[in-house]
Amino acid sequence: MLRIENLTAEVDGKAILKGVNLEVPDGEIHAIMGPNGAGKSTLSYALSGREGYEITGGSVTLNGQDLLDMEPEERAAAGLFLAFQYPVELPGVGNANFLRTALNAIRRTRGEPEVDAMQFLKLARARMKELSMPEDMLKRGVNVGFSGGEKKRNEILQMALLQPKIAILDETDSGLDIDALKIVSDGVNAMRGPNFSALVITHYQRLLNHIVPDRVHVLADGRILTSGGPELAHRLEAEGYAGVLGEAA
Amino acid sequence: MNSVSPTSNAAAFLHRYAGLAGRLPGADIPALRALRDAAAETLTAAGLPSRRLEAWRYTDLAPMLRGEFREALTPVDEAVALPPARADRRAVFVDGRFRADLSSLDGLVAGSLAEVIETVAPRLNTVASASQPMVTLNTLLFEDGLVLEVPAGTDAGRVELLSLVSGETAATVHPRHLIRLARGARLVLLETALSPAGSAHLHNPVFEIEVAEDAVLTHVRVQREAESAYHLAHLGVRVAEGGTYDGFVLNAGGKISRSETHLALLGPRAAAHLNGAQLVANGQLADTTTALDHAAPNCASRQTVKTVLSGRSRGVFQGKILVRREAQKTDGYQMNQALLLSEEAEIDSKPQLEIYADDVKCSHGATAGALDEDSLFYLRSRGIPAGPARAMLVRAFLQEAVEVVADEAAREALDEAVAGWWAQHGEAA
Repeated sequence: MLRIENLTAEVDGKAILKGVNLEVPDGEIHAIMGPNGAGKSTLSYALSGREGYEITGGSVTLNGQDLLDMEPEERAAAGLFLAFQYPVELPGVGNANFLRTALNAIRRTRGEPEVDAMQFLKLARARMKELSMPEDMLKRGVNVGFSGGEKKRNEILQMALLQPKIAILDETDSGLDIDALKIVSDGVNAMRGPNFSALVITHYQRLLNHIVPDRVHVLADGRILTSGGPELAHRLEAEGYAGVLGEAA
Repeated sequence: MNSVSPTSNAAAFLHRYAGLAGRLPGADIPALRALRDAAAETLTAAGLPSRRLEAWRYTDLAPMLRGEFREALTPVDEAVALPPARADRRAVFVDGRFRADLSSLDGLVAGSLAEVIETVAPRLNTVASASQPMVTLNTLLFEDGLVLEVPAGTDAGRVELLSLVSGETAATVHPRHLIRLARGARLVLLETALSPAGSAHLHNPVFEIEVAEDAVLTHVRVQREAESAYHLAHLGVRVAEGGTYDGFVLNAGGKISRSETHLALLGPRAAAHLNGAQLVANGQLADTTTALDHAAPNCASRQTVKTVLSGRSRGVFQGKILVRREAQKTDGYQMNQALLLSEEAEIDSKPQLEIYADDVKCSHGATAGALDEDSLFYLRSRGIPAGPARAMLVRAFLQEAVEVVADEAAREALDEAVAGWWAQHGEAA
């Protein structure tokens, strides 16, 4: 269970999150929707511990563990995964080396044995096949020369390999065509189970046709203003944020 | 023999020469004796370079000139621990002296310069210029070196050159290496320069390298000497028509290290790669200086030099490319990049293009910056702790320079040197 209580955060001295309250129970997928500037990306970075996102109040726990006290890598080991809106290109870092290093770093902290190069290849190939990723993407530099869709698939591949308890998908649908959107959504849906939960951050309802959420929350001006079932996303699509929020406010 | 000027900053070396002149190899060869005497005169008059010289503006030798060195003329015969071999054939030099007992040069036309000094004396300072300060100093005091010839049409494979300094005392060693590839010959020459930690020696190697028509020399130098040592290398290279000099220099040791290469492309379709990397930590300075002379048409040159600096350290890159009027269709590329891991580190970068031909393609670039925070966060968000994440990014930064080295053993040697450097200095960076 991810529990966010009264979370406030600043960027460059400006208050962005103004008291976010949210609970994502194990096994559930929640969506966070909101207009531009609502604080959606700030929430995802604050949760994953990025520098420059200063937490000024509140708490975040994952299965009772305080996340805010942890370094980004410790949060990852605790089971948090952030799928980036803009995955970073790392020239000179081979994708396979990166993925295996990450997997083994996390396995080590979990007290699990590390996987060797052969075991890793077997594991990665199986996942990549599910994500329709060409095998040469393992040999290339991390995200280097990847199309927008390939980068997002690479994020989902990382998620599938690292097996987090909770994944935050930050605008994973941006820049995806229909086919890629389906592949990525299938990747997320394949993770569904009692030990996996996700926070799907998106501007549009489109992604939520493929990854059907248990709950939908609307984030605006740094707060969750309203929450509801999957039907809330459809209402937002039909009426716009102004319509729905006007009513909530 | 002139009297030693007491004011010359090279007085210690000149005194040494005055005492040794009659005992140095080739002392009985008048032409060589004249060469050495001329070097003495130059050093007496001009001294070793100060920062007033444009070419030495960023690299101050004063700390070295204050040091006291002893001569290394006494041959060392004791056992020396050798690093694992990276080739079947290796030439081992200890304190600048060829060690036949440790070397294996089967099937090669190769050996000690001291032993063949009469034959090779006329070649000295024909490729490297006696007017270059580090060549002058080497001319004064060289005792030995590797002479290696690859006959026409022969692929000599990979040969290792090990340059070891044996002790912790401050010796000065000035090897002179003569490498010559005849028409169509091939060679991979992999040098490793090592010394025990704490050694405050001066290693002043000079290479004179001739690459004949259509010959290909891959020349990789891995300098991992003590951080208290001085390493001042000079490479003179001439490449004939269709020939290729594929060079890489890693400077990962030395309080002051400078690798200076003067290379001339003398015939059409000749090619040069002058790649390199420098790794410097607190208190160190590394300098890569190159002068590339495009003297013939249709030649290509490629240069990528990367510098990683941590702590209070300094890096220097000076890259001159001269394209003569007759060197039409020159294809030149130069890139130098610095990664500053500390706010106290400093890089001086001086690209210098002089182009007199009108139909050429020459590009160059220089960057300097810190580790990318976005990249670091990306890696950490995947569970990779800050230290290893930084290591990955530093390796990645160097990768672009190292990956062009085609020889696998050479690449391994470079990777190991980088890993070794990081193991020692990554924590502080």
